[in-house]
Amino acid sequence: MMEAIKTGKQKKYRSKKRVERVSNAVGYTILVIISIIWVIPYIYLILQSFRGEPGAYTSYLIPKEFTFDNYIELFTDTSLFNFPRWYLNTFITAVVVCIIQTIVVLATSYALSRLRFRGRKGLMNLLLVLGMFPGFMSMTAVYFVLKEIGLTQSLVGLILVYVASSAMQYYICKGFFDTIPKSIDEAAKIDGASRHTIFFKVILPLSKPIIVYTILQAFLMPWGEYMFSSLLMLGDQEMFNVANGLRQMLQRENIAEYFTRFCAGAVLVSIPIAALFIWLQKYYVEGVTGGAVKG
Amino acid sequence: MLNLEYLKMNPWQKFIYRAEHFFRRIPAGLKRFFQKLWEVLCGFGMQFVSVFQEVYRAAKDGDWKTRLSFVIMGFGHFARRQYLRGAMYLGFEIIFILYLTLFGWKYLVKMGSLGDVAMAEVFNEETGIFEYVYYDNSMLILLYSVLTIFFIGAFVYMWYQNLRTNNVLQEMAEIGKKLPSTKDALNSMVNEQYYKTLLGIPMLGILVFNIIPIVFMVLIAFTNYDQVHMPPSRLFDWVGMQNFGTILGGTGVTGPAFAYTFREVLIWTLLWAFFATFTNYILGMLVALLINKKGIRFKKLWRTILIFSVAVPQFVSLLLMSQMLGSEGIINNLLKSWGWIEQSLPFLTDGIWAKVTVIIVNIWIGIPFTVLITTGILMNIPADLYESAKIDGASPFRTYMKITLPYMWFVTTPYLINTFVGNINNFNVIFLLTGGNPLSLDYQNAGQTDLLITWLYKLTYNEQNYSFAAVIGIVTFIIIAVISLIFYNKSKAVKNEEEFM
Repeated sequence: MMEAIKTGKQKKYRSKKRVERVSNAVGYTILVIISIIWVIPYIYLILQSFRGEPGAYTSYLIPKEFTFDNYIELFTDTSLFNFPRWYLNTFITAVVVCIIQTIVVLATSYALSRLRFRGRKGLMNLLLVLGMFPGFMSMTAVYFVLKEIGLTQSLVGLILVYVASSAMQYYICKGFFDTIPKSIDEAAKIDGASRHTIFFKVILPLSKPIIVYTILQAFLMPWGEYMFSSLLMLGDQEMFNVANGLRQMLQRENIAEYFTRFCAGAVLVSIPIAALFIWLQKYYVEGVTGGAVKG
Repeated sequence: MLNLEYLKMNPWQKFIYRAEHFFRRIPAGLKRFFQKLWEVLCGFGMQFVSVFQEVYRAAKDGDWKTRLSFVIMGFGHFARRQYLRGAMYLGFEIIFILYLTLFGWKYLVKMGSLGDVAMAEVFNEETGIFEYVYYDNSMLILLYSVLTIFFIGAFVYMWYQNLRTNNVLQEMAEIGKKLPSTKDALNSMVNEQYYKTLLGIPMLGILVFNIIPIVFMVLIAFTNYDQVHMPPSRLFDWVGMQNFGTILGGTGVTGPAFAYTFREVLIWTLLWAFFATFTNYILGMLVALLINKKGIRFKKLWRTILIFSVAVPQFVSLLLMSQMLGSEGIINNLLKSWGWIEQSLPFLTDGIWAKVTVIIVNIWIGIPFTVLITTGILMNIPADLYESAKIDGASPFRTYMKITLPYMWFVTTPYLINTFVGNINNFNVIFLLTGGNPLSLDYQNAGQTDLLITWLYKLTYNEQNYSFAAVIGIVTFIIIAVISLIFYNKSKAVKNEEEFM
């Protein structure tokens, strides 16, 4: 009797361990498969960017001939597609947008979170409702206006379009400011600090994560934006941003010659952006979950 | 009904109970809504009345300084040594009058007709040939009319403020209070009035680049602004609700085709938003759980691999995928060279295939993102919940359905609503992946994977059919507004009914 119970217990124990081992094995298999699915396209992209053979597509993964020509031609052969110019356009746009948008978002969020004035609720509701209109709808009218004052096909126009409504992204940042205790403000106020001083000397130093998040968002946005820039820069390929430009390389008439160069360009765009993102991902997650997820 | 009785019911009874509850609450809800509406209207009314009271007070009790401010804005401020504010009001008045007389007025009077003559041939005496001369440009008339109306509104507001502050100043002077100096005024800009300093420029940006354009485009929806009515050589005109009739009701020559396209695109947009949101959410969470699972090692490695694909700019991933899945793309080529298929699989060239492909590629794009977001929250789920479930002998599936999902659903509802709305307007995934293709003969200016937003883009960019694009924009707005309202109310209801923690 005792024996039986003992062995039974042992058996159960062992089988439980086995179940765990099997489930772990399944887990690892799934993870390995997932990793392969997620990584292979990028490996393909990198391999193609070094491919020496001409043509758009091959029927094998690994190129027969490796070369740096695609990268070199991207910078030397700029007659049709001026990649360095696109890169510069996007970089300038990103830096300027990043500076202005960060200031605007922080200012709006602070005002809506900390200052009390008539019409505050109404303003927030207005911004909420405005955000429900498709952004592209207002773009048509903005395009006409910019055309009237001659700012289409220029970076100034594009930057204006990007930053003009950045106040509407106050939501996440305001959510963060709301979590900073009000008593800190009050203590500073008793010490005679103005609202301005409180904003710069008290609130901002406490808000590093959300500032980094705002900067990161603002800086990354212009790199992948297609819709607005394609309409605004219509007819002037020199002024394209990288997303718009690289897509031109894949048009039917260009793809045979330019596919490998597209890959090279895509790699060159991805490396700094990915590095930046991975470096600051902690803040990114904090921003998204802190503002959009309420516990 | 007691909580316990509710818990005892089976799912079907629960559903009936909730439905009954829902319908029973409708009258009360409607009543509340109208009460609220009435309150808001009353509030507006009171404000309106107070505006007139203020103006009346300025006219009746005002001294000559205040009364002169009716005509010369800021005069009272100057007379009371409030130079900064006085200059502001006066400057605004001068700019406004100049704008209206020299520029705005001539457009505003034509707003009703949107112009009479677009273009005419005029004989040029000097060169001896006929030349085209452009007269009325409907688009500019409408645009500047809208601008002028906003300007007039701003002027009326400033005029009222001018009188109100005059009243205040007069009162202060009468009871012998010291009037604020310029230094005080500047000081208040970083204190009591700090919100004006902070919000001034951002709100100006919103007004000029968002509100005015949206009003303009909403008006465009009631005109026939398209390729055959294209200024400056042609005029366009008001057509009332005709565009809505065409797109929603199928009236007119192109009506049936447009109405059909609209219905199909709308259905696909909603389907897409639903699947794109929830496949990513649920599958992403499962992957995150798997990585979090006890006993799985190298957690950091798996996460890094996934994070890497979030870090690569989305447009690169999308363009890459569109090439890999093409009929000559590497995936088809590899499958062919392995002898698995004879003909290319129509990943992006067949309607149904393309729709499924888009959703699957979106999963590929979205899962790492969800993993990144949810990992932290998943770790916050109280471990004792899982332990007690384990002791009760719940299977992993049941644990997931009864603990993980409800918890996450509870915590991340706002995020989910944002994602859903974002997906309705997800231009990049569709446009860079398929371009809205494959084209269909039954559709008007749209392909089979086009969302409302990409259709709007195509109508604007390719067809210059601005009036229809505006109608679609308005419809998209209404859909998003309704969905947000329903979901937000629902999430509140959930919170009230079953507090999770």
